[in-house]
Amino acid sequence: MEQVYLAIVLAPLIAAIVVGLGGSRMDRAWAHRLTIVGVGASFALSLVVAWDVFVRGAPVFDGAVYTWLVSDGLRLEIGFLIDSLSAVMMTVVTFVSLMVHIYTIGYMKDDPGYARFFSYISLFTFGMLMLVMANNFLQLFFGWEAVGLVSYLLIGFWFKRPTAVAANLKAFLVNRVGDLGLLLGIAAIFMYTGSLAYSEVFAAAPTLVGQTINVIGDYQWQVATLICILLFIGAMGKSAQVPLHVWLPDSMEGPTPISALIHAATMVTAGIFLVARTSPLFELSVTALSFVLVIGAVTALFMGLLGLVQNDIKRVVAYSTLSQLGYMTVALGVSAYAAGIFHLFTHAFFKALLFLAAGSVIIAMHHVQDMRQMGGLRKYMPITYWTSLIGALALIGFPGMAGFYSKDAIIEVVGLAEMPGATFAWWAVMLGVFITALYTFRMFFMVFHGQPRMDEHTREHLQESPRVVTLPLVLLAIPSVVIGALMLAPMLFGGVFDDAIHVLPERDVLGMLAAQGYTDAWSFLIHGLQAPAVWLAAAGVLAAWVLYIWQPHLPGVFARVLAPVFVVLDRKYWFDELYLKGFAPLGRGLGRLFWQVGDVRVIDGWLVNGSARAVGRLAVVARRAQTGFLYHYALVMITALALLMGWLLFVR
Amino acid sequence: MFSDLPLLSLIIWLPILGGVAVFALGEARVAWGHRLALLVSVLTALLGVGLYAAFDNSTADMQFVERAPWIEAFSAWYYLGIDGIALPLILLTVLVTPLVVIAAAQSIQQRASQYLAAFLIMEGIMIGVFAARDALLFYVFWEAMLIPMFLIIGIWGGPNRVYATIKFFLFTFFGSVLMLVALIYLYRQAGTFDLYTLQQLPLDAGEQMWIFLAFFAAFAVKIPMWPVHTWLPDAHVEAPTGGSVILAAIMLKLGGYGFVRLSLPITPDAAMALDWLMVGLSLIAIVYIGFVALAQSDMKKLIAYSSIAHMGFATLGFFIPFMIVAGTGESTGARMAVEGGMVQMISHGFVSAALFFCVGVLYDRMHSRQIGDYGGVANTMPVFAAFMVLFAMANAGLPGTSGFVGEFMVILASFRANIWVALLAGTTLVLGAAYTLWLVKRVLYGEVANERVAGLQDLSRREFVILAALAVAVLGIGLWPAPLVEMMSESVSALLDHVLQGKL
Repeated sequence: MEQVYLAIVLAPLIAAIVVGLGGSRMDRAWAHRLTIVGVGASFALSLVVAWDVFVRGAPVFDGAVYTWLVSDGLRLEIGFLIDSLSAVMMTVVTFVSLMVHIYTIGYMKDDPGYARFFSYISLFTFGMLMLVMANNFLQLFFGWEAVGLVSYLLIGFWFKRPTAVAANLKAFLVNRVGDLGLLLGIAAIFMYTGSLAYSEVFAAAPTLVGQTINVIGDYQWQVATLICILLFIGAMGKSAQVPLHVWLPDSMEGPTPISALIHAATMVTAGIFLVARTSPLFELSVTALSFVLVIGAVTALFMGLLGLVQNDIKRVVAYSTLSQLGYMTVALGVSAYAAGIFHLFTHAFFKALLFLAAGSVIIAMHHVQDMRQMGGLRKYMPITYWTSLIGALALIGFPGMAGFYSKDAIIEVVGLAEMPGATFAWWAVMLGVFITALYTFRMFFMVFHGQPRMDEHTREHLQESPRVVTLPLVLLAIPSVVIGALMLAPMLFGGVFDDAIHVLPERDVLGMLAAQGYTDAWSFLIHGLQAPAVWLAAAGVLAAWVLYIWQPHLPGVFARVLAPVFVVLDRKYWFDELYLKGFAPLGRGLGRLFWQVGDVRVIDGWLVNGSARAVGRLAVVARRAQTGFLYHYALVMITALALLMGWLLFVR
Repeated sequence: MFSDLPLLSLIIWLPILGGVAVFALGEARVAWGHRLALLVSVLTALLGVGLYAAFDNSTADMQFVERAPWIEAFSAWYYLGIDGIALPLILLTVLVTPLVVIAAAQSIQQRASQYLAAFLIMEGIMIGVFAARDALLFYVFWEAMLIPMFLIIGIWGGPNRVYATIKFFLFTFFGSVLMLVALIYLYRQAGTFDLYTLQQLPLDAGEQMWIFLAFFAAFAVKIPMWPVHTWLPDAHVEAPTGGSVILAAIMLKLGGYGFVRLSLPITPDAAMALDWLMVGLSLIAIVYIGFVALAQSDMKKLIAYSSIAHMGFATLGFFIPFMIVAGTGESTGARMAVEGGMVQMISHGFVSAALFFCVGVLYDRMHSRQIGDYGGVANTMPVFAAFMVLFAMANAGLPGTSGFVGEFMVILASFRANIWVALLAGTTLVLGAAYTLWLVKRVLYGEVANERVAGLQDLSRREFVILAALAVAVLGIGLWPAPLVEMMSESVSALLDHVLQGKL
């Protein structure tokens, strides 16, 4: 199987390199053929691996490909860990990537950077696979930064747009703040376990208990807490958790296919994956888990609220992604790692679907993204309409759909959890359900129902998107419906992840849920129908219908009456102002200060040139001694001689 | 057979004599001068490859040793030999110099033969510094190096070159005179200039302190460390492209090499006593200079400041071992720190060379170094833009490029000493990315800024070869640093055994 694993990562890499080097000289058709073959092969082989792991029950593979570096007894290798967790991630990544590759043929049809785009998304697939298949923290970090790089390149894909190149710089820098945390976490792991290989680190994890470190003042941190919080800071960057979330909405400046692939389905879930992967460490620290829980809950609720006031179709979906990432993080926080991964899994399908459907709408609208200029698209774009409806229902957790199972599971386990912050988190995710339904169907109604609001010219040209665009929509719609019911039992209660995820028995909320007996899709569905979440979602849809179909003047009234609230949401809690008008100018100002005052004035002005001037002045004085007149010298000589002799004769 | 040759003498004197020959050819036969210079530099590089092939990784002993009487009155020897610390730096030198020679054909019109001669002679002298085992020989090479660089900036430099050259010369000369005083003192104690003997020479705490400070004056200026760094941005701004490349890629590394070769082993206890100072200055270089780089509007100044920040990682790696031992009571991580510092020096050699070449490519076309004069270059020079983004990412320490390896090792090791040291060093993740990618954004991205940018031609074949070669090096080290580290591992280990034991 080793060759298979290697082929899975190398196929997209080779395709990316060939197409990247070929560039614009390459025939466009070959650009997508090569990359699709590459990622297609990767997907097919990932299925083989998934079959091997889940059906045949192959043992965990943990092996090295090559030794990257040996230093000071620390052996750093590039290698693969293939277990249930990586197998799930590989399947999701390659499947969504394949869909996006196909979709891109239609979406980027007229773009001059066609080959470059395909090269980037294949390179992304490689980086993401390296990340999820890693068997050590170094390679995780490598994949982590590689996907960050491609994200940077793709957000700025249309590099002529000032907004795009501002967004990609922002995304990279905000992520780097998180990466600093992750890197320090890795350094701490090296210090306390002497290794970076997952197997060795997790084996040594129990020895961390009771060890403390003095970070500031006299307060002793538990080492496990420190490590986990540092790792989670990395996850906060990549998975866009408050307050490091600001880059994700702006990342929508990139072409829509990558919003689906990178900024919804795969890359942004890397943080969730990281925490699940390092569950043996997180289980050591309730403090860290509580931190995770609260951050996730804040993100889930407050980012969802922002989705209510966006008018750009992609931004609505982006805020929805933030909110759903918050749900996943909440699941991690209550030790229900499998529930987090399950939501990641279902979310990948329906969110990719929603983004690609939004892209289909954008194609039809000739790259208009403002929903206020849409409306009534249903009759022009039937396939996009129905697949969007499926995506929207899955997102809000309509009973039976994929999102229903994964989200309801999270709500249930949060209700069972007892750690600090669990109550707050429960209210947040419950309220979040209503909000999710409201913003989702607000978008759905504004785009597809009501009166068409676009200009005549656009309306005349409205038509369903080509096959290469609609085919991926259909292929993603299928799992958005069925995958939840199919995978609920095995992924949450079947012990599939037992080889990868470690949960302490006393915090095993999924186990408690299982003990209630709702472990199959049908009884879970029945149970869910009696719980408040479903009705909250229904209320959200109803509210959306009232506000945007039945009484469309009401939102304006609300905006006036609730003006202060509306301003808060419209300004996105002023995070952007804080970063762009606070931190960024502060950094540049410090730079100017250190440079102009420190370097130019003090060091160069006073010390360097000052000492040069001092030498000059000294020379002016010293020069006076050398007058060139013989009698001056003679006088000095005689005086000195007299003094010397006087001293020798009388003083000594 | 091959290793029986006096390889080190060959690799030192071949470029020097080649340089003299190119000079003798004169400006009239400049085309032949170019060919000869290229031939000599490539042959030298091949000799370097030969050294690498014949080098034995498994020992810390000096290899390829040559020893002959030189100035018997001072018992000074013409004594050469290299270990795993010197070899990577020699390889860096012989690999970068041919690129400078290739680039010169395009960008230097005036006195081209003399220009090429200066670089070849410079190459030989720098290799001499790395290979010298005799302190006086080391010193002679060290000072001799100033002359060609002085001429390169002074003759082919920009409008403000006189100020820059004098500043450069006085700074470095001031430092090295103090080093000479220290070396003479050591000679008086030991009766020899043999570096190995000096390393073993017992010295009390007071003596060590003075000698350490004298060495510090020489090496801190060279590498350079804050606050004696201000000569570097001025020198870079005025230097021609090739001068900047050699200055950043290799000459700065001599400062780091001096710390490792002289300061640490000769005065280990003083180094330990002053580790707080060295670590503090390194962190200032990383953080303070990182901010300063953010404020630059001149591309060369920005990269020059970035160089200082990156060299902060080298010095941090060299002096953090004392804190690691003091903090944890064991030496785990110390080797990683020093090796990380070394890797950082090699990596920065390639990355900074590449970035200065990139600026040179733009400067040759637009005759401006001001960031504000550019914008949207990626539209007209896509191939160039791809290279520049790659090197920018390497400068920002992206994994998979060489820039990551050294920083990663040093941060990993520093954490063992103190979490705050690691955190402050780690700010380079954000700061380095900020100043580098902001530069990329302002130069490469956006709409075509003006008509001159609209008229830019993409890379010539010559420029492509240079940047592609550097890209291979940067990616090669990033993807597989193991051979580089293996090369130095034994030597670093032996060095630390000696240094951490101390002399008192």
